[in-house]
Amino acid sequence: MDEYALIMRHEDGLKIASPEQIQIWMQQTMDWIAGIKAKEKYVSGTGLLFADAKVVKSNKMITNGPFGDIKETIGGLIVVKAESVEEAAEFAKGCPVLQGEGNTVEVRKIATH
Amino acid sequence: MFRNESRKITSVLCKCFGIEFLQVAEDITHDTFLKALETWTYKGVPPDPVAWLYVVAKNQARNYLKRNTLFLEKISPALQYLNSERQDMDIDTSDQHIRDSELQMLFAICHPSISSESQVGLALKILCGFGIDEIATAFLTSREVINKRLFRAKDTLRRIKADIEMPPDSEIEKRLDAVLTTIYLLFSEGYYSECQDSVLREDFCMEAIRLTALLLENKQTHQPRVDALMALMYFQASRFPARRAGNREIVLYDDQDESLWDQVLIARGAFHLRAASTGSSLSTYHLEAAIAYWHTIKEDTPQKWENILSLFDQLLQIQYSPVAALNRTFALFKVKGPGEAIAVAEKLELTDNHYYFTLLGTLYLKVDQEKARAYLQKAYLLARTSPDKHTILKKMATCNKS
Repeated sequence: MDEYALIMRHEDGLKIASPEQIQIWMQQTMDWIAGIKAKEKYVSGTGLLFADAKVVKSNKMITNGPFGDIKETIGGLIVVKAESVEEAAEFAKGCPVLQGEGNTVEVRKIATH
Repeated sequence: MFRNESRKITSVLCKCFGIEFLQVAEDITHDTFLKALETWTYKGVPPDPVAWLYVVAKNQARNYLKRNTLFLEKISPALQYLNSERQDMDIDTSDQHIRDSELQMLFAICHPSISSESQVGLALKILCGFGIDEIATAFLTSREVINKRLFRAKDTLRRIKADIEMPPDSEIEKRLDAVLTTIYLLFSEGYYSECQDSVLREDFCMEAIRLTALLLENKQTHQPRVDALMALMYFQASRFPARRAGNREIVLYDDQDESLWDQVLIARGAFHLRAASTGSSLSTYHLEAAIAYWHTIKEDTPQKWENILSLFDQLLQIQYSPVAALNRTFALFKVKGPGEAIAVAEKLELTDNHYYFTLLGTLYLKVDQEKARAYLQKAYLLARTSPDKHTILKKMATCNKS
């Protein structure tokens, strides 16, 4: 069994979301995670805050964002256990982030010795 | 819960910062909820979520103060207040202070210098915690239109430096009238909107009731006409379950199953109507509440319609409105028969209103089939929602049969 990171990329559309909408997203994401936990395939997860984000460029210049160049940016990730990348991708299909057009969930195997 | 807490946090922050920083207060509130989203989702909901939100909001506010020097200079009094009590409680988040802040924000938002449309929008956004999308849906318009409207309104409030305080006693009457108008419009937006989202619409109405309750809790604003408005809203809201009983569309009054009318809300309405019957002045809210009361009795009796007719007569004397005049005509028909009602109705000439033609069609049904059909056809062309169209078709069918 290997571990895979499911990396959620979405727009910072949150600036326009209503409190009600935020609550719905939270519930959906928690339900999604609970489903993976029930199969004992959940390892860990974390959200990444958009506020105060910085990007350090190769010339050591610090900029706000990473939101200038790309529309979809990493909003959070979870790590799951799976027999194959296909199984991990099945978990990713249930991610509520995918309700937003253009949003993606990237599935990457975590390197081990 | 998120919506309730967000409006409270915005009101309290704004009260602390001043109306010039309404946008800052909104942004801080918003960031607080984003932080909850990114944290609770993965780490679990904290044991006391509300307290968690307040702590985060206070921290965000403090960080903002540290960073923004312009902000520092402009609100130094508030800053001192924040610093001096930094050790324990920075911003007062007691229930009483939250309620006071909300009430004061209500008066600030219903400032005579901004349009009533904007007042309703701002109230929905700031005092009720609705999002731009939800407001746009209810008003059947785009997010951009609402954004622009709210931006302009906030800009005005900032320019005139509206106080987040209760108005002085000398002004309270006039300002209270403006607040009541906004709440009335907010309720109507929910009750009569053509938007199909019934949950959202009922939420609007319930928010109007909640804001009125805030007014009734405060000595200065607990006045008979506020009770009257509350009674009106409870009577109308009692019909929500019956309106919702159809598969998809709203069930109109005549077709409602009255066993679904919410008797608890009707009783609350009656309580407030009694409470409103003190003092010497009779407001339009009193009359509308009394008319709404008679509508909570489904059975048609001469007494019911005579009462309604006389209430409409008084209402029109205080404040003429075409819609009230139209409704009066229906009451007149119930009391005096079609002949007299037709004569009055034809003088109204509300030729862009489908209710007007529906009413004329109804009045003519037993008098002149041809005319009835012609009026109902006009009504059908003007009607926009399918429950309305459906009602008109049903009436047309009865006139074809006979």
